[in-house]
Amino acid sequence: MTSVPVPERRSEAAIARRERARALVRTPSFVLGASIIVFWLACALLGDRITPFDPLYDQTPEISASPSAEHWFGTDRLGRDVFSRVLAGSRDILVIAPLATLLATMLGAGLGLVTGYFRGIADDTISRLIDAVLAIPLIVLAVTVVAALGSRSTWAVTVVIALVFAPIIARTVRAAVLGEAQLDYVEAARLRGERAPYVMVAEILPNVMPPILVEATIRLGYAIFAVATLTFIGFGLQPPSPDWAVQIADNYPYLADSWWTVLFPALAIASLVVAVNLVSDSVQQVLER
Amino acid sequence: MSEPTLRVEGLDVVYRVRGYDRQVLRGVSFEVGRGESYGLVGESGCGKSTVALSIVRYLPRNGRVSAGSIRVAGADVLGYRGATLRAYRARTVSMVYQNPGAALNPSLRVGEQVAEAFTVLGASAQEAGERARAALARVQIADPESVLRRYPHQLSGGMQQRVVIAMALAKDPALLILDEPTTGLDATVEAEVLDLVASLQDELHTSVLFISHNLGVISKMCSRVGVLYAGRLVEEGPVETVLRDPRHPYTVGLLRCIPRGGVRKDHGRLDTIPGFLPPLGAEIRGCVFAERCALADDRCALEEPPLEAVGEGHASRCWHRDRAAELPREFVADLELPKVDRTGPPLLELEGLTKVFRQRGHDVHALTAVSAAVWPGETLGLVGESGSGKTTLARTLLGIVPSTAGAVRLEGVDLPPRYQKRSRDELRALQIVFQNPDSALNRRHSVRRILLRSLRKLAGLVGSAAETRMQDLAARVRLTERTLTQKPVQLSGGLKQRVAIARAFAGDPKLVVCDEPTSALDVSVQAAILNLLVELQAEKRVAYIFISHDLGVVRYISDRIAVLYLGRLQELGPADVVFDGPHHPYTEALLSAVPTIDGGGRDRIKLEGEIPSAASPPSGCVFHTRCPRKIGRICEETEPPLVEVEDGHHLRCHIPIDELRRLQGKTEAVAR
Repeated sequence: MTSVPVPERRSEAAIARRERARALVRTPSFVLGASIIVFWLACALLGDRITPFDPLYDQTPEISASPSAEHWFGTDRLGRDVFSRVLAGSRDILVIAPLATLLATMLGAGLGLVTGYFRGIADDTISRLIDAVLAIPLIVLAVTVVAALGSRSTWAVTVVIALVFAPIIARTVRAAVLGEAQLDYVEAARLRGERAPYVMVAEILPNVMPPILVEATIRLGYAIFAVATLTFIGFGLQPPSPDWAVQIADNYPYLADSWWTVLFPALAIASLVVAVNLVSDSVQQVLER
Repeated sequence: MSEPTLRVEGLDVVYRVRGYDRQVLRGVSFEVGRGESYGLVGESGCGKSTVALSIVRYLPRNGRVSAGSIRVAGADVLGYRGATLRAYRARTVSMVYQNPGAALNPSLRVGEQVAEAFTVLGASAQEAGERARAALARVQIADPESVLRRYPHQLSGGMQQRVVIAMALAKDPALLILDEPTTGLDATVEAEVLDLVASLQDELHTSVLFISHNLGVISKMCSRVGVLYAGRLVEEGPVETVLRDPRHPYTVGLLRCIPRGGVRKDHGRLDTIPGFLPPLGAEIRGCVFAERCALADDRCALEEPPLEAVGEGHASRCWHRDRAAELPREFVADLELPKVDRTGPPLLELEGLTKVFRQRGHDVHALTAVSAAVWPGETLGLVGESGSGKTTLARTLLGIVPSTAGAVRLEGVDLPPRYQKRSRDELRALQIVFQNPDSALNRRHSVRRILLRSLRKLAGLVGSAAETRMQDLAARVRLTERTLTQKPVQLSGGLKQRVAIARAFAGDPKLVVCDEPTSALDVSVQAAILNLLVELQAEKRVAYIFISHDLGVVRYISDRIAVLYLGRLQELGPADVVFDGPHHPYTEALLSAVPTIDGGGRDRIKLEGEIPSAASPPSGCVFHTRCPRKIGRICEETEPPLVEVEDGHHLRCHIPIDELRRLQGKTEAVAR
């Protein structure tokens, strides 16, 4: 037997990665979604430096003015420029929703690894607990947690959303881990005396990252919605914050008279949710191909 | 003569990958006459399946026929579109795939699926039902009524393949294509399916294109054979002639790397074919095999040889076709194999090892009181059909599944039944090489990381000491420096298996369980891996427990062989004695089921039915339900003990050894 020459394959992994990136960029829905997200990120970062008017203070005597050349989205009942407030309103939601998703993903991945790897009693106990949590509606859970934390702050909102989403992520991860744990490399690791935490984190986790990533992007879309919902019913951010949901909550009693104060922030929320979903769909397609 | 059933001429097929056309078939031409059965052999990646897919027009989307023609029953297949294509697939050609489990719809009862094959042809529902029953009877299914009512997953692999064959024959096709139809099946089941196909072909005069990597199967089933290499037909001829007098170096090499004719590791090492198949779509100017051929000269590299006749219907695509048989053997130094001293204490002892699984309220007896010993430096081969408990035995002694009763002793010391309770020294002493290297190596870790981690955990080495040992280990299994930085997906199957072997040897094990380590590999790669295992044994005096369904491989590598049936040891003895007999009736049946290249020799002993469920094993001798040599009620009532009948040869049978010798000697005499 002679020494074996290795076929030239090394660059193929790199090529595949580049191909994947190129495939993403070539997907129109990805490009559209990503542009919208980038736009809102830019607004969040630049804040009132780009808004035509101060989003927090009235600078015009025109109260509840309908859209015009000067005030594109009109003004609200305090005379604040709605266009400026919509541009400035992305900041908090773009912090809270990703943070909550990140927390939920970490917690969910951990639970999924433990239940999928150990199975047996640990799995039965945790899985039933997860079922129980999933049975409670978001708002009821939010009220409970807020009562427990004794605070209605944005932190409370973040924690509530993480708690609600973690079990959903845990289920997906558990399914992936179940399949992975049957492969022989896991057995090989055990036979060299590895402990369970090492096997879970160093051996299995890297192999279940793709479903975790996909699940996280899907959850991000829902998280934006959840933040808006909780804010709308009065948790987290409070007036005079220009947050979209705060604006809607503030103005919806006057919907009949000044629809623009509700419609434009609502459209902003919708655009962000749709954009995140477009991106998550394209990522999923490319990863699973 | 009239038009042959299948005529493939100058077939070029390209796959479009990343914007480039890559050629996978290069001017393939052959014919299958009426009622003839033609075999296509070659290793994976040669284009065998692409030929089949082109004929049924099922090439993947990125594939297309770029030149050549395919004619079936006189008509141009490549011209079919839409309705004519569907009619062609419905009436003229049938294909049977490797995995019958995937070929059957899991959510339809067998009856509905088989009947569908007839309704497509225009039969009424009632008529289709009747014909489905007849079709199953034709493929020798004993109880068609009950099979028709079942779902595919309720049938065994062999039974599923019969159903698929019944459906394929429903339309009385002009051409039947069988793509590795028995590769996933046990030897005994394979033999039955092959017998069935042969008898149906006699009866129906269907033309058959038989695709297989197994030369033994081809030699049993086909009258002519074509050898495919890198998308080129390199040799073609009558099966006996090609196997006896191959005229292409690739065929010669392929035949040499198969362990057969009773060769053993102490007779010398196996031949291999050096190098790799050219990558998909490579530009090749000269002979496709030149790069790996020891006979190749300048002309071979520059000028492609034509397919030229070397005898009656026998042609080879080689400039050196007259001296192909002189293909130089690769020089391999002879090895001093360790002398096994069985008077000393054994390395590993199994005593009454028993494993009972609880499954849905049933006790499944996977292993029943297995006692055996392995001495340092020897190989114990483990054979038996699937479900016989081979893998459970391996997993139980490694402690992956705890035993229910009995003991595993390493150098006289009882090992804890669970691996978690075993010490580092106990863990490093017993290691395993798995069947499927894709599943055995973490695809996210580099080879380097895999080996370093094992050295750290098993040998306690870190830093530069570990680095040095890793280089040493990699060199020993012939991994290059480059391989170390790669991840498993970037490696070929053979290289992956080398990494897995290196990992098992990281802690200088005393015994390595090899669980079908070569069954996922091509024969030339298999030979190299077997050679490596033998070298490592010579060097380190490691003992192996070698599990395989390939009896040629087991015979080559084993010093002693244990035969398992339904979790019980039926026979245990020196490899030659177990193979040459007198053997246990079960061993006899297993051996007779294997199609050999050399052909002839034994009459096949048919085993009735399938391996019984381990949840309710038969009374008495567990083999009595299928035993062709059953002597009477004693077999049904009393389980025979495992007795040492000759020096080191243990048998579990009521028939006395001399009687077995007489019976088996007699049948062999008749067969000759």
